[in-house]
Amino acid sequence: MLQLEFDERVAADDRVEPRDWMPDAYRSTLIRQIAQHAHSEIIGMQPEGNWITRAPSLKRKAILIAKVQDEAGHGLYLYSAAETLGVDRDELVELLLAGRQKYSSIFNYPTLTWADIGAIGWLVDGAAITNQVPLCRCSYGPYARAMVRICKEESFHQRQGFEILYTLGHGTPGQKAMAQDAVDRWWWPSLMMFGPPDAASTHTGQSTAWKIKRFGNDELRQRFVDMTVPQADALGLALPDDGIAWNAERGHYDFTEPDYAELTAVIEGNGPCNAERIAVRRAAHEDGAWVREAAAAYAAKRAGREAA
Amino acid sequence: MRSPFFATPPATTMPDAAAYALRLGDDALVLSHRLAEWVAHAPELEEDVALANISLDLLGQARALLAYAGAVEGAGRDEDALAYLRDDRAFTNMQLVELPRGDFGLTIARQLLFSTYQRMLYARLAASSDETLAGIAAKAEKEVAYHVDHATQWTLRLGEGTAGSHARMRAGLVAVWPYADELFEADPLTDRLAAEGVGVDPSCLRGEWDAAVDGVLREATLERPEVRPAAGGGRRGLHTEHLGHLLAEMQSLHRAHPGVTW
Amino acid sequence: MNRSDWPLWEVFVRARRGLSHQHVGSLHAPDAAMALRNARDVYTRRNEGVSIWVVPAAAIHASSPDEKDPFFTPAADKVYRHPTFYPVPEGVEHL
Repeated sequence: MLQLEFDERVAADDRVEPRDWMPDAYRSTLIRQIAQHAHSEIIGMQPEGNWITRAPSLKRKAILIAKVQDEAGHGLYLYSAAETLGVDRDELVELLLAGRQKYSSIFNYPTLTWADIGAIGWLVDGAAITNQVPLCRCSYGPYARAMVRICKEESFHQRQGFEILYTLGHGTPGQKAMAQDAVDRWWWPSLMMFGPPDAASTHTGQSTAWKIKRFGNDELRQRFVDMTVPQADALGLALPDDGIAWNAERGHYDFTEPDYAELTAVIEGNGPCNAERIAVRRAAHEDGAWVREAAAAYAAKRAGREAA
Repeated sequence: MRSPFFATPPATTMPDAAAYALRLGDDALVLSHRLAEWVAHAPELEEDVALANISLDLLGQARALLAYAGAVEGAGRDEDALAYLRDDRAFTNMQLVELPRGDFGLTIARQLLFSTYQRMLYARLAASSDETLAGIAAKAEKEVAYHVDHATQWTLRLGEGTAGSHARMRAGLVAVWPYADELFEADPLTDRLAAEGVGVDPSCLRGEWDAAVDGVLREATLERPEVRPAAGGGRRGLHTEHLGHLLAEMQSLHRAHPGVTW
Repeated sequence: MNRSDWPLWEVFVRARRGLSHQHVGSLHAPDAAMALRNARDVYTRRNEGVSIWVVPAAAIHASSPDEKDPFFTPAADKVYRHPTFYPVPEGVEHL
């Protein structure tokens, strides 16, 4: 009976809300996915935060601080959505620090030059937006609402990245080389952000039936490539794939698939920065413990005094 | 002869209003940088967002003040030329803002001292006969009112929270207090500008500041530390060793590619 | 003691005068004063609001989905409460 109501609601494109009955597997899938998404926002603050103190102009510095700040905010919106499913943010953070929940593997790559900030905005945020726009219609209401807010705020992220690369691409030979190098390094990991091919993906089928996921990995990846190739031309930068060519028959660009063995290796912890990202997060969490305790203790004292 | 650390300051080569805007801009720029260092490392996510907000407010003030300093100077230097192409001896921020960020206790202690001062300064500067300075100050005062509130709320919580947080907050106050006197040091430049109604005599802020800060400390069960004042000299380009490292990091990329657009 | 001692607060923002407060999300804060300040920083970074409410999540009592029928269906058939229930002759405006 409850299952039937749930199925009908999802089939009718109605939203599932926190206090509705839902299958346990639906709940746990959502918790895993939303938490992973939230963790990605939080870990993603590090590679970009790496350049805040060296941003080459005050305008760029302000934009970058605002962007990294948005990521903290987006992490909060998402943890907030996850908490409607009956988990506590603290538990999720513990799972992240213990390595038992993942974050997007893209953030295990280092930001070596300023141009990486451009490439992250253009390619990584571009891929993220491609993934996220359909999530605005996800069957779970709180997640969909968080995504609406995030997508609205994120539109500036991709543009500022494009603008950084455009400026570098039209600057000195040194700047242009820096931009091309960054695109060369971020292109393949960006394609990997859509996950393994559908044929090899363990989660796609059920998530699609539940309307958590609206499109397959391959379709979204293709959408991203189709959107990005003309933008690369406008930037005057090359995508590092000789296999990119317009296929009139398909109405899409052909492209070379990334090496999914690399994706697996990075997810399993063998990326360039996996250990460091978690170590930094753990340090911030542990260094902040005394502050959180102090605030809680103060609140308890105040409440006690008011009650007395 | 005295060493420059104990000598009277040399005359500035910039027009008074430019040198003055530069001082205030340097304060905001350097403190903004220190606060931005917290982003992704704060005690809680909500605090990452809060500290980033304060950092952005200060950076906005710095940009307006530096741009104005460059315009008044009339030598073709824009905000970036002033931020990225001056050496540390040409920076005129107070030493308080350049101290390393330390732990959250030190950061909050500095925020309490500085934002309380800055709010009082801007409140008066909003009445400046220099319309640009008055406009910048009027906008900034609203922002800084929030910074004061943030610092106050956290001083109360750290001071009264746990024995450990009380000790850390006290250690933060001990670390920053030696640099407090510099906030209120008048010199020939501020004397001239105050007389003209353009600038603020910082020494006249002391009484109000003492009362405000003491009030917060008292409520937070903290006390003013008994410490010897630091040598000071930030306004004369005499800094702690920390500023050089901050600028080396901040300016490295900009200076590696001279004259380009970012 | 850990962070879970920072309770969850639901955040409501009034986007502009004339509108009611709308639920926008939640956050953790040690007390109401900090919750309000955090809400300002997290949920109104882009001028989204002129007024904020924070409510301890534990203080909210919700109608459960089980109560759905008696709670809400009586309203569903009172279509006469909605202006679209009333046909308007063609050409009649400002009604």
